[in-house]
Amino acid sequence: MRIVAENLSFTYNKKSKFKVDALAGVTLTIEEDSFFGIIGHTGSGKSTFIQHLNGLIPVEKGSLTVGDINLADKSKIVKKRYKELRSKVGMVFQYPEYQLFAETVYEDVAFGFRNFFPDASKEEEKKAVFQTLALMGLGAEYINQSPLDLSGGQKRRVAIAGVLVTKPEILVLDEPVAGLDPVGKNELMKTLRVLLDNGVVKTVIVVSHDMDEVCENCDSVAVFSEGRVVLSGSPKEVFKNSKEMSELRLGVPVTGYLKDELSKMGVEIDVDFTRDDFVEKVVEYYKNIK
Amino acid sequence: MQAIEFKNVSFSYGDGDSRKEVLKDFSLTIKKGSFVALLGRNGSGKSTCAKLINGLLIPTSGTVTVFGMDTKDKSNLFEIRKRAGMVFQNPDNQQIASIVEDDVAFGPENIGVPRKEIKERIDYALSVTGTEEFRHSEVARLSGGQKQRVAIAGAIALLPEILILDESTSMLDPKGRKEVMEVVRTLNREKGMTVIDITHYMDEAVEADEICIMDNGVITAQGTPNQVFAQKELIAKCGLELPVSAKIAEKLKSAGLPLPEGILTKEALSDKLCELLRKI
Amino acid sequence: MLSEVTFGQYYPSKSFVHRLDPRVKILLLIAYIVMIFTAQNFLGLIASLLFLSLTIIFSGVPIGSVLKSIKAILFLVIFTAILNILFYSPKQGDTHLFWVVYVEGLISAGFLALRLISLVMGSSILTLTTTPVSLTDGIESLLSPLKLVKFPVHDLALIMSIALRSIPTLANETERIINAQKARGADFDSGNIIKKAKALVPVLIPLLISAFRRGDELGDAMDARCYSGSKVRTKYKKLTLSVRDLIAFLVTVVAFAGVILLNIYELNVLAYFAKIWG
Repeated sequence: MRIVAENLSFTYNKKSKFKVDALAGVTLTIEEDSFFGIIGHTGSGKSTFIQHLNGLIPVEKGSLTVGDINLADKSKIVKKRYKELRSKVGMVFQYPEYQLFAETVYEDVAFGFRNFFPDASKEEEKKAVFQTLALMGLGAEYINQSPLDLSGGQKRRVAIAGVLVTKPEILVLDEPVAGLDPVGKNELMKTLRVLLDNGVVKTVIVVSHDMDEVCENCDSVAVFSEGRVVLSGSPKEVFKNSKEMSELRLGVPVTGYLKDELSKMGVEIDVDFTRDDFVEKVVEYYKNIK
Repeated sequence: MQAIEFKNVSFSYGDGDSRKEVLKDFSLTIKKGSFVALLGRNGSGKSTCAKLINGLLIPTSGTVTVFGMDTKDKSNLFEIRKRAGMVFQNPDNQQIASIVEDDVAFGPENIGVPRKEIKERIDYALSVTGTEEFRHSEVARLSGGQKQRVAIAGAIALLPEILILDESTSMLDPKGRKEVMEVVRTLNREKGMTVIDITHYMDEAVEADEICIMDNGVITAQGTPNQVFAQKELIAKCGLELPVSAKIAEKLKSAGLPLPEGILTKEALSDKLCELLRKI
Repeated sequence: MLSEVTFGQYYPSKSFVHRLDPRVKILLLIAYIVMIFTAQNFLGLIASLLFLSLTIIFSGVPIGSVLKSIKAILFLVIFTAILNILFYSPKQGDTHLFWVVYVEGLISAGFLALRLISLVMGSSILTLTTTPVSLTDGIESLLSPLKLVKFPVHDLALIMSIALRSIPTLANETERIINAQKARGADFDSGNIIKKAKALVPVLIPLLISAFRRGDELGDAMDARCYSGSKVRTKYKKLTLSVRDLIAFLVTVVAFAGVILLNIYELNVLAYFAKIWG
């Protein structure tokens, strides 16, 4: 499913004096089969944008299509497809562990499955829950535990499983690693990559503040600022604009900083900003001049 | 006198089967005026440590003293909490009043500071944290970074000598994190405040005078950032990682580049790289 | 954003009424309510309505916002008026219209309705011109004499102010949890009442857990800032009276006196005329 937004605009509290233009004309295409990063400050419109993707926020102005569903179309036929849309676009909010409510991990994960597949048999449900938990790296030993007794990282994995169990094609995650420790962060990002590579989901969209994390993990990036997409493309295309990125006070990955500093000394290297590529290019350069 | 001393401290939650030992025979001394970063994976006991300092928790065995005062002695608690301020993780869960200045006034009001002096303290706390412009604003309308600076102001208004940050930057975006850390650094360098920073951000820890790594309720490494981050295997074993720049430096070294040990910041790495690539 | 609408109905402005001391405003509201109930006839009620209009003009609040407050109680007003008409017990000399309806019944129902409306409009002026925070301060200060009988005035005020300031946080949290469960296919809109109530469980439980967690953390944060609720506590914000408050007080006294005079005036009207013509 491809996502195409054109001139998408949205204003909160239109009539009050606390009116906020959250989106001011977003034009963006997110292709299938990509690990897509959305970056920007708090209040740049990222969260408003992603909540449009499964119809939690209705299209007010502009157009948005997700797969073959035109969300700007307000007719009843499209409204009826919202449930379908929500099963296709899985949405994981910030700190998703705060949405856990059931007595056991199994029940919590099964909640979404029952909502979207009310006619499925108990066997099918069981299979889906077990499979999804396994995908998130949680073994069968957890199913009867209370989600509240798990560690922070495990809770988050259960919460993500609760979304993934509905078999979405697009998985959207708002700052999925916030608050996790370094190892927890790395493992979760790796899990998401595996989900994409194994075809469990077709697109992963991640909102992030961490430029290093984005450039290590994402295939494409969009930078939001004041309700607009100001830069987009591959990490290489986006992060080469280091001046704009620092003007936006977002900065660049460490590799971008190093590239700029080397360039000031007349050392030009062409990198895609991943660490491995940077190391390779620097070593190459070093060997050449030696 | 030392600012804080943990002597053979053990701490456990619960009873019987559900008993969970969080700290085991834990000893640590923190010097007055130092900036100490406390690192460790989720559940390693860092937050428990923080709460033991100002008597929010009392050790099961062993003693914690703050400027020589034992936290077990209830009559010391007021004085200890006055001298050791604490800023928590979630900016929304530590605010008492709706308006910024009222919130900052909460601490001084509690210890019975006269009204005129409360005003002076608010002036001071807001100016140190750069939040004067929000004085009459509603806390709810501020950004995360601004809220946490107000929370620091609330702690500072008690004129503490120690500031404990319990993952205070973990819910902030990079901009907010920078704002908060700038304030903390100023407090440490210019006002001589002892800072204990519990964090998951390795880049934040690099700036400390001293790093302590905790795992499973004990200290597994302690020393300057250079000493601690040189123990790469231990870092990984404790569920942590090197700062990004150090990771890149490691990769470059193993690919054959003659870089020195102890590169932890992007500035240091860039200096060394420029030196190396230009020289030839 | 739910949080924006739950800030109470405060209308921000710096008008004369806005800047009155909250204690004065609370006391004057009480005086106004007593005034309404003192008024025994339409003349008195009209006088108190004039007083109310004056207050609205000096508050700078658009009349629409004040009238909005009536909407909520409109049903109650109509209901009581109808009851009044239906169960009116006629006295000798009353004019019978039809069925159980008397002219006097209609008049008394109208009187009651007007009284209720004036009452609600007056109260809404207080909440429209006073922030919840200063309202709490005002109540705390007015109740402070109760400290003498060991009534926990301060704790009560603190509970109120924490509750007030938690509204936006909890509203945001509720919205987030609702959205998260909607994204998991929860349906809050269809089905019968029981089904709808059941659908709320996945929202209420996380909300409850989160409220307890927040409460726990807030407790720690308060302890860390030396809260003990003890007597040593001082207060930073002091409410002070100004000339403005005196003016408001005097105007109210004049209005009150007018209403009382009108009461006496009408009760004695017959005797008065009889004396002149007699």
